[in-house]
Amino acid sequence: MEKLSYERPIINKLNTGLMNKFGTRVDNTPVTHIDGVPVKKLIADFGSPCFVISERTIRETYRNAVRAFSTRYPKVQFAWSYKTNYLNAVCNVFHSEGSWAEVVSYFEYEKAMGNGVPGDKIIFNGPDKTARDLKIAVQNNSLIHIDHFDELYLLAEILKEESQKARVAIRVNMDTGVYPMWDRFGFNYENGTAWSAINKIMANSQMEMTGIHCHIGTYMMSTSSYAVATSKLCDLLKNIQQVHNVTLEYIDLGGGFATANTLRGSYLQGADVIPTIDDYAEVITSTILNYGFRPEQLPTLFLETGRALIDDAGYLLGSVIALKRLSDGRRATILDFGINILFTAFWYDHKVSPAQNFTSQSEDMVLYGPLCMNIDVVRENINLPLLNRGDHVVVHRVGAYNMTQWMQFIQMRPKVVMIDMQGMPHLIRNNESLQTITAHERMPDHLAQFNL
Amino acid sequence: MNINKNIAISESGFLFNPSTGDSFSTNPIGKEIITLIKEEQTLQQIVNQIHLKYAVDQDTFEKDLADFLYILKINHILKEDE
Repeated sequence: MEKLSYERPIINKLNTGLMNKFGTRVDNTPVTHIDGVPVKKLIADFGSPCFVISERTIRETYRNAVRAFSTRYPKVQFAWSYKTNYLNAVCNVFHSEGSWAEVVSYFEYEKAMGNGVPGDKIIFNGPDKTARDLKIAVQNNSLIHIDHFDELYLLAEILKEESQKARVAIRVNMDTGVYPMWDRFGFNYENGTAWSAINKIMANSQMEMTGIHCHIGTYMMSTSSYAVATSKLCDLLKNIQQVHNVTLEYIDLGGGFATANTLRGSYLQGADVIPTIDDYAEVITSTILNYGFRPEQLPTLFLETGRALIDDAGYLLGSVIALKRLSDGRRATILDFGINILFTAFWYDHKVSPAQNFTSQSEDMVLYGPLCMNIDVVRENINLPLLNRGDHVVVHRVGAYNMTQWMQFIQMRPKVVMIDMQGMPHLIRNNESLQTITAHERMPDHLAQFNL
Repeated sequence: MNINKNIAISESGFLFNPSTGDSFSTNPIGKEIITLIKEEQTLQQIVNQIHLKYAVDQDTFEKDLADFLYILKINHILKEDE
């Protein structure tokens, strides 16, 4: 006689009077495939855990963003934010779509150059640019976004020995009505330091002021703050025209657009509360268009959107290591990935889906990673179908920051795979090995031998 | 061990404890295990019966059973022998 299929016994306490109008279960179907490739096969071929990036989603998301802005405004240029995800294959998808590079360190600058981005299509942001970095950026005709007066004076010093001019902009911070205000980067608008920096640049014949930049924050849920920022940048542009008789080429609104990930502690799901890319585009472009520039003086609009262009394209596949009970009876599920490679679990309640068929039963649980650290929590509280040891899970929207901020702590970083437009997986970053880590270590002779 | 006498169990796996007012929902195999406990089957007999009937290895079921019994106990559904 054939045996019946097994579901482990479960009993859930029913709570009345604690109604939740949003329900508990959010998924009714498992996520068995990504872009047509079975999750099971991806894990069999590339191991567990592993990151998977959908080239199709990147391109679709990027094209949608370009459409949102370029149908509203005549001159738009995106620059890929390297810090969000600087895997070369990812960068090259954006570059092949026409995106420039936006870097915040010389490490990223070298990466962009290595990827074949022309120097004059690299925007160099960030507070840490050495004399060498600035010199190379000047020689490559890159757009140097000056962050502070020390950098401005250093650049002026360097330019005394250079024959060519530097193309520069300043980063401006400002009050956009969102608090805490991001005022640690760039020159402040309200207290006049931004204007003072502009005057110093205008007085230097070797600096060619080409634009003006701001980056007002991250995961910005308010479009009105972009209206304020755009308006203040336009004010500066207009003042520069009037006072210095110079028309700047561009304004750069930086990044900061939110994604559908749900912020920790948020009552509503991220997808229900964030503005769409069209909402951002409408506010920014209409502010510029209505500001009063003559058509031939309209600045190019630069955007350094990172998170909103890559988050949805990234998945993290993993497996259940063990199930256990906590002291209060709560279910704890231990996964083979934790905050070591899913850094964004600190910020988000990531959506997690089982990757195999499941029954109608579900249970509340906490999802832990494999690290021997109390803070290694993937989800504090989540209701999922019954998971068993060896089951696979898919974490959604992990494309931004995880593959740049991940840490090598007690485990090696895993493989990263990109599924191309034809549904073919490609390894784009190999997993680390013990050799990867120890290759950089050196052993003093007197410690090489010991007897135990 | 036995199920507390005042626990009411419906055919669909709904449990009610009148002394605390708590209610619970269990899946079919959970209800089957509770029924076997009420019939005073030993743990080994329960393991054997479930193993014969369902596609599960004994080790896995033993772990799951121990976990299930723990939850029954902390919810005052199961009482240990005196």
